[in-house]
Amino acid sequence: MSAAVGERVEFEPVIGLEIHVQLATRTKMFCSCPLSFGEEPNTRTCPVCLGLPGALPVPNSEAVHFALMIALAFGCEIAPRALFHRKNYFYPDLPKGYQISQYDEPLGRHGRLGDVRIHRVHLEEDAAKLVHASSSGRIHGAEASIVDFNRGGTPLVEIVTEPDLRSPEQAAEFGRLLQATLRRLGVSDVNMEEGSLRIDANVSVRPAGSSELGTKTELKNMNSFRFLERGLAAEIERQRALLDAGEAVVQETLHFDPRSGALSPLRSKEEAHDYRYFPEPDLVPLVPTEEMIARARQALPELPAERAERFQRELGLAADAARLLAFRFELGDFFELALAAGDGVDARALANWTVNELAARVGDSDPAASPLTAEAFAQLVSLVQQRRISAAAGKDVLDRLVAAGGNPHAIVEELGLEMAASDELDTIVEEAIRENADAVAKIRAGKVQAVGAIVGAVMRATRGRADGAEVQRLVREKLGL
Amino acid sequence: MQELLALDAHALIAAIRRGELSSREVFDTYRERAASDPLGAYLWVAESGRPVDSAAPLAGVPVAVKDIFCVDGVPTTAASRILEGYVPPYTATVVELLEAAGAPLLGKTNMDEFAMGSSNENSAFGPVRNPWDRERVPGGSSGGSAAAVAGGLAPWAIGTDTGGSIRQPAALCGVVGLKPTYGACSRHGMIAFASSLDQAGPIARNVRDCALLLRHMVGRDPADATSVGLPEDVLVPQAERLDGVRLGVVAELMGEGIESGVRGCVERALALAEDLGASVEEVHLPHAPYAISAYYVLAPAEASANLARYDGVRYGLRVDGDDLTAMYENTRAAGFGAEVKRRIMLGTYALSSGYYDAYYATAQRVRTKIVEDFRAAFARVDLVVSPTSPTVAFRLGERVSDPLAMYLSDVCTVPMSLAGIPAISIPAGLSDGLPVGLQIAGPPFSENRVLEVAHALEQALAFEGVPREVEVKPA
Repeated sequence: MSAAVGERVEFEPVIGLEIHVQLATRTKMFCSCPLSFGEEPNTRTCPVCLGLPGALPVPNSEAVHFALMIALAFGCEIAPRALFHRKNYFYPDLPKGYQISQYDEPLGRHGRLGDVRIHRVHLEEDAAKLVHASSSGRIHGAEASIVDFNRGGTPLVEIVTEPDLRSPEQAAEFGRLLQATLRRLGVSDVNMEEGSLRIDANVSVRPAGSSELGTKTELKNMNSFRFLERGLAAEIERQRALLDAGEAVVQETLHFDPRSGALSPLRSKEEAHDYRYFPEPDLVPLVPTEEMIARARQALPELPAERAERFQRELGLAADAARLLAFRFELGDFFELALAAGDGVDARALANWTVNELAARVGDSDPAASPLTAEAFAQLVSLVQQRRISAAAGKDVLDRLVAAGGNPHAIVEELGLEMAASDELDTIVEEAIRENADAVAKIRAGKVQAVGAIVGAVMRATRGRADGAEVQRLVREKLGL
Repeated sequence: MQELLALDAHALIAAIRRGELSSREVFDTYRERAASDPLGAYLWVAESGRPVDSAAPLAGVPVAVKDIFCVDGVPTTAASRILEGYVPPYTATVVELLEAAGAPLLGKTNMDEFAMGSSNENSAFGPVRNPWDRERVPGGSSGGSAAAVAGGLAPWAIGTDTGGSIRQPAALCGVVGLKPTYGACSRHGMIAFASSLDQAGPIARNVRDCALLLRHMVGRDPADATSVGLPEDVLVPQAERLDGVRLGVVAELMGEGIESGVRGCVERALALAEDLGASVEEVHLPHAPYAISAYYVLAPAEASANLARYDGVRYGLRVDGDDLTAMYENTRAAGFGAEVKRRIMLGTYALSSGYYDAYYATAQRVRTKIVEDFRAAFARVDLVVSPTSPTVAFRLGERVSDPLAMYLSDVCTVPMSLAGIPAISIPAGLSDGLPVGLQIAGPPFSENRVLEVAHALEQALAFEGVPREVEVKPA
């Protein structure tokens, strides 16, 4: 790589993601043990998921259905005859000494999500959970390791993208779209901290404009989008520095420590392996029938990317609001219910109230689960829109509605929040000017900002029933400013 | 007592139904003999049987079970040190079906370790002796089951067949053994050797007993994704004539390597078949000579993965080491016998990156060719016939240091295993005073046809000498 002295070569990162999604099925991939949610270790096990002699796997049809939904959501081609393979390696979290996975005939291929091409979608089983008795929590230097087989055999879908991502930010944004899409499908909890969504990234850099790929490294198991972004940024910077110094990138698997920001080589089962894949003789080929595919297709809801596009196109929402309503589908659903319920409510105002005010009040939970009804929400936004109550009063009413429900008109009446009529407001302003003679004196002396004291007095007197901007205008008018 | 031992399972069931015998008497008589087993045929013998309703299909006639079938609460080792002391928490479907039909568990029989062997000398718990000549092997890997039936230590038994492990010991011990169509019997609870080949099957004194036991073993099992059952019930055969039956003698399995005494018995049986009305012609299985090579790639490849679970982590033997890898190595070095290690290494090699296409993929293509060979043969004839084993029972120790010679013991049985088709071995006479087995195989799911023909031939052959009652000293 030659560059003129003092001229830094511009490098372009190339990123592909490998995503593991734990499916929210009732039972495990190849046995009838219920999935585990923090039960006592080794209480959700059977001869199959413990790898006892003579036990045989039987595929979970619900997992196949979910995997088909995912593959179809990405527009993948569905394999006419998908195969399960054995991926062989020894590790204590792998009771059979092999993982049942898919290899050269995955369930889905050649899909797309957003701007990113999906290379493949396949089904496999999760490993058990190892707990290492060491200060680092990692196996090296551990005195003992304990295996909890509750997680072992949980259905996983692995999604592999093409190397279409060009920045850490883009990778994280794609991750969020993927997470929102899978949540919308209802096939997984997609919780990164709990490990039901796990993202590994392959990253390399190359001179901008080059079409060849550089040597890649793999970043393992980053458990938030923020860490994914930071880990990728750190690794891209490391690779750039190596290349700038004329050194080569070595293909390896790295662990990113979000606390220190350090990248360290991962020396474990993930070292270079010959997995000796061969077709799983305990299972017959997985042949998705037309019925299975039709059923999976029917189960597909409108997906976040389509929905955001529709909100912008049909309702004229701003891109940010449309994205948030589409990604947090409960908010989006509530928004659409309210839009349908409140005749004439302005979609953009309703969207802003949903993403700014309602979202802040319900947190991560579903607004439909709160006492607030979609009708009441639409009425409230209409009241503000028609300037019958002030925005500030609207927020107070929303607090009450979210906490205890009710009718916004009744609350406005009960609290006397109806916007003051203009003759009433005239009187109150004049009164405030009389009672704040010192402020008026200051204003006359040139300290115009003293207007605030008078406006504040009016607002107090109207207990929020007046619009701040209107009061400001009136005060200034009457003082001849 | 001697009278009871002289009765086959059908006769025992009839006697129990008539009230001439109780199922307890039958159980206790065999239990006592099994407990004093002089052949090394048993690894575990039941203390007592559950009372069985005499109206149950099998009326309480107990069954000896190869130690490869898991039975809840009963030690199950597959004759390996690595599973010494292992007690499964569940029961194999086939054993459950037999118990439900009224055949209680008599004991667990000795075998080649993980069913890998043709002489039963690969058991970690000592060899089994052939009741016809105790200096000779009973065959394998279901050698304990075959010797127990032949020696009057069990009324009947079950075994497993991967490349001949039911048929070859049945032949060498002068009893009847049947390997069903792949998928006829559930493999759930059967310790895996080579999953795409393993099948459970009956070993009995005669074809009718064999059919009756099989009738209560087959069926699709939701716990085994590869099981399909049989399209019709297994019937106990009645036929005495073979009019219109077209038999094909497999040319490739009658030539070099087949002892002349064995060939003679097979030819005599074919002549009898013609007397009974069958037509006999020669058929070819052009790829049969490659079957052993393909088998010894595919079966070890599957075994190398199937035996990975014996790692010292969860159950069975553990030999500690300085780190995880050392523990794995120590455990497996101490736990597995030489033949098992050999096959794990062969299979691991065959699946390795860079060798997969040359070995595993090529062997799969040979397997497909053999399936096609049989399909072509069955377009011309109803059933094919061959010797079961190229030789009669050989001496203990004779082939232990020559794995290739040992592997060739299965030359006649492996093609049917690769094709997944049903095949039975029946005694066809004696050569040098030792039993010779005749193998009859048919298309997939043709068990009833195979049993009918085997039964008619068995009547004509009138083989004598089973049970080869061994004397036992009371424990």
